[in-house]
Amino acid sequence: MDGLILQTLNGLDKGSAYAMIALGLTLIFGTLGVVNFAHGALFMIGAFCAVVMNGMMSLSYETIDPAQLDFLGQPMKVETTYLSSWVGPDLSAALIDWSVPLSLLLTVPVMVLIGFVMERGLIKHFYKRPHADQILVTFGLAIVLQEVIKAFFGANPIQTPAPGMFEGSFDFGVLMGFDPNAIIYPYWRMVYFVFSLLVIGAVFAFLQFTTFGMVVRAGMADRETVGLLGINIDRRFTFMFGLAAAVAGVAGAMYGPINAPNYHMGMDFLVLSFVVVVVGGMGSLPGAVLAGFLLGIVESFASLNEVKMFIPGIDQIIIFVIAIVILLTRPRGLMGRRGVMEE
Amino acid sequence: MAGAGLAMPTIFTGASWAQTDNYRNKPTGDTVTFGFNVPLSGPYADEGADELRAYELAVEHLNGQGDGGMLNTFSSKTLDGTGILGKKVAFVSGDTQTKADAARATAKSMIEKDGAVVITGGSSSAEAVAVQALCQEAGIIFMAGLTHANDTTGKDKKANGFRHFFNCYMSGAALAPVLAKLYGNDRRVYHLTADYNWGWSMQSSIENATKAYGWESVQNVLTPLASTDFSSYIAPVLNSGADVLVLNHYGGNMVNSLTNAVQFGLRDKQVNGKNFEIVVPLYSELMAQGAGENVRGIVGSSNWFWQLQDPGTAAFTKSFGTKYGFPPSQAAHTCYVQALLYADAANRAGTFNPCAIVEALEGFEFDGMGNGPTLYRAADHQCFKDVLVMKGKENPANKYDLLELVEVTPVAQVMYEPDNPAFAGGELGTCNPGA
Amino acid sequence: MFRLDRQDAGLLVFVAVITLFAPILLNPFAEGSAMAQFNAGYPDLMQRFVIFAIFAIGFNILFGLTGYLSFGHAAFLGIGSYSAVWMFKLLSMNVIPAVLFSVIVAGVFSLVIGYVCLRRSGIYFSILTLAFAQMSFSLAYSVLTPITNGETGLQLSLSDPRVLDGKTTTGALPETNLFGVAMNDTLSVEALGRVWQFSAGYYFCAVLMLIAFYISIRIFRSPFGMMLRAVKSNQQRMRFTGLNTRPYALAAFVISGMYAGLAGGLMAAMDPLAGADRMQWTASGEVVLMTILGGAGTLLGPILGSGFIKYFENIFSKINDTILHQWFAFLPDGLENFVVAVIYPFVGKGWLLTLGMLFMLVVIFLPGGLIEGAQRLRKLFARTPTGAADRRAPASKPAE
Repeated sequence: MDGLILQTLNGLDKGSAYAMIALGLTLIFGTLGVVNFAHGALFMIGAFCAVVMNGMMSLSYETIDPAQLDFLGQPMKVETTYLSSWVGPDLSAALIDWSVPLSLLLTVPVMVLIGFVMERGLIKHFYKRPHADQILVTFGLAIVLQEVIKAFFGANPIQTPAPGMFEGSFDFGVLMGFDPNAIIYPYWRMVYFVFSLLVIGAVFAFLQFTTFGMVVRAGMADRETVGLLGINIDRRFTFMFGLAAAVAGVAGAMYGPINAPNYHMGMDFLVLSFVVVVVGGMGSLPGAVLAGFLLGIVESFASLNEVKMFIPGIDQIIIFVIAIVILLTRPRGLMGRRGVMEE
Repeated sequence: MAGAGLAMPTIFTGASWAQTDNYRNKPTGDTVTFGFNVPLSGPYADEGADELRAYELAVEHLNGQGDGGMLNTFSSKTLDGTGILGKKVAFVSGDTQTKADAARATAKSMIEKDGAVVITGGSSSAEAVAVQALCQEAGIIFMAGLTHANDTTGKDKKANGFRHFFNCYMSGAALAPVLAKLYGNDRRVYHLTADYNWGWSMQSSIENATKAYGWESVQNVLTPLASTDFSSYIAPVLNSGADVLVLNHYGGNMVNSLTNAVQFGLRDKQVNGKNFEIVVPLYSELMAQGAGENVRGIVGSSNWFWQLQDPGTAAFTKSFGTKYGFPPSQAAHTCYVQALLYADAANRAGTFNPCAIVEALEGFEFDGMGNGPTLYRAADHQCFKDVLVMKGKENPANKYDLLELVEVTPVAQVMYEPDNPAFAGGELGTCNPGA
Repeated sequence: MFRLDRQDAGLLVFVAVITLFAPILLNPFAEGSAMAQFNAGYPDLMQRFVIFAIFAIGFNILFGLTGYLSFGHAAFLGIGSYSAVWMFKLLSMNVIPAVLFSVIVAGVFSLVIGYVCLRRSGIYFSILTLAFAQMSFSLAYSVLTPITNGETGLQLSLSDPRVLDGKTTTGALPETNLFGVAMNDTLSVEALGRVWQFSAGYYFCAVLMLIAFYISIRIFRSPFGMMLRAVKSNQQRMRFTGLNTRPYALAAFVISGMYAGLAGGLMAAMDPLAGADRMQWTASGEVVLMTILGGAGTLLGPILGSGFIKYFENIFSKINDTILHQWFAFLPDGLENFVVAVIYPFVGKGWLLTLGMLFMLVVIFLPGGLIEGAQRLRKLFARTPTGAADRRAPASKPAE
């Protein structure tokens, strides 16, 4: 029992990442009809925004301290951050400690900008082109983005730790009457889960309760008619692309403390997030979110030792097994609309 | 048609045309070409870049540029900075992408197009085994880079291939006594193991070696290679009754699983009245950098470490540090040494004929290359030398100072017989000169 | 010729002549010259060119004609390789049974997987194929290790039974061969400052590639091919006319699966090792890229696309800074360093960056793929198109 609760918790935070990426992908699919293979790369760039934020805060100047020697036996260069010389060591340490949450201030504008530039400069020209061309061009873009990041930051993962107060884990087991240590759960993963609910909630609220959102939803359903009504749907679609990029970006930035960002993390998530979107059903935002959490939880359950004893290696393929079962029983995924990407 | 041209070829490079001084890619000009086959893209790209740096340094030293590095401390004195057998050393490099297929493709192009006499490098056992087999078929010498699985010099050993790096068995043998000394004799172990060949042999090596010290394995859980988030594997560990977690992971897997384990607060916990401990059997500097603060106090094993005190290490660290501005990794060290060992063997053999070089390297004993007295055993082409047990430093001074030495395990303790069951199953075969 | 009309026969002859003389044509630069780096005329790469051409030609029969975008074809390539290596281990080092077996096994697998996946269309179909391929990859890497040898890949060993060949006694592994002609036999001819390597394995693959190409032309021109195109243009209408399209699509799927199996078998025949990496989604993605890049739905496009990608992977990745410095040694020191610093990020370890940018450029400016580029070039130079044209499958036609 405690094992099931534990894996549900684990599934929820895995699912949060899947759901946020899938949400952005579906926004782009649904509004623009574009298959965006660069979406994983946007998630990765978001994570590197946190790295950059941390790096900017730790920008430092060197002074030579003859009292210490480096590994070659020469006088050691000692680094002091500019930040600490401006605001004092205490505040600067606190700011650096909080660099990941603070990096959202950087991530959102950067990602929105990247989204705008991508849509206006590239994607716009591919609305009328076949999906195959869209895949090729966005895949090319994904490679370029990730290779550029690799050229600047290397291939090694870069740690972006969570603020000190979120280190360690919380013992749910004691709270629920199980043995101590039976159900422990890291604080930052809880933060991530709550954060994802906020982001997803905000996107839904925006689409549901604003006029802008209403027009976009109408555009998703029938772009031509909305255009005929004299509404400039193009500009709204550009905005939606920026929004989708920002959602992927903040998902990435906050993901850093869970797993250290590296340049290929986007590709690692890409395939999975496509599976999530399709299982959720093409063009359905609730479907994408539902499938994200569902697959996260199922994946966690499959890694239970009790399950693996019966079917060795099931945790390697469970996502795909579930995808196949769902797609064969429900032709358009969980909540897909008829006719979207079916031709 | 196309087949007709094949009926009467005049010059074959097939195996049936063996002559004594006739071998594949015999250098004819005033240079001899080395093939440096390292990962330049993919998750191990940084490791590959460090290997390439070491190779370029080795080529400089062999050709008499720079300060000579380990040439001055190497016990064999045939290398004098004039190249090899009067020929200057040239090199080609390629990208293995850490994939067996791609590694073989680049190795083949080096052999077929560039006329390389030796292929060296790589950062996974899959690559090493694949390229080693290729070199055996092609009649070229393979000097393995970073490869730690037992199979490279066990089940899949080949006469034309040589491994300087240590292996899973040695890691287990070196770690077990240190672990027992640090954490006590009565421990219960939970293994998380990457679900492929290397992971399995790492896990069984640790399990077998620690058994002798009264350690008991509670559970061994296989994790998919493609995993990025290990939370669902880490979470049940504390409730399993185990008080030690061994992470049989390498590279990105290890960085993530260790990060997750620390995140779940395992290291602050007490189980069975003891402090909970985490062990990472195979350490590398780049992984330690990737895992950052999470490595503090974590014990693992290494092939070599730049802070060792012997003159060979000092000389190499000095030339590498002077040229590139940071200390070399163990991957860089192994690759540098492999290049020098090949060059020296060719000098001693007086020819680049692979069979003569195999003969020169088999049973070769040397010193001054950073690991103390070392033997290239003839029976399986594995190097035997001291193994290092390392620990993550509590207060690192900079990002290259993340590890510290716990113990140098003498070679006698990690020695095994060639017919050890962990290495059984393959045959070395005979050397192939490829012509 | 071969029941082809004049234009198609011309195309076939054109491809045949190119492949026949590839060892000479791909070595345009003299040995030792600065440009020799760009020569691609060595056996391994030429073999890869034709093998991946087979893979892409087969993929194009499914994708180019029916529009079904499979993201799992690498699974059949891997299955073909494993089957072939097992034949080498158990039966004989002769490549004929191995290649036949790999085609058959891949055919069976594609029949089963295709039957399931073709119940859905569009992106749902793509994800189903992807799911099957990723499952094959994961299992081959771990649980199925007794069959696939997992991470290190399936290899020959001295203790294999090889029922027809008998035990080897020399201590060396036997070579793959075609009735005694070893696949790695190479005839080297030195002429005009170049070394031309005529490899037996290359010509074996090339002959099979020409046969595969011929079959593909016949399929494109047959009533069956028409039917497949109809599946693509409007499946709904076909169904309304009372026609069940699925058997046609399934036939195309199985044919392309067998092509992939053939390619996998040939890879193993040239180099007897089969690794799980071959089945990863990136490998499936690669053949999709090859086909689209070259020009989906055209006869020649996939061949061009596969050659383009393999050339970059193998040639550009080998250019390192030492070579760059040699090239620009004629410049003054400061300028030399500057030029090298500018170019270096795009070659060697940056080869993927260049490839990604070229993907984007090609698809932005040449909507029909490389074949459209070739056609534009030809229009530029010759007013009247020649017999080798591929006019009946206009390249600018979109890939869907």
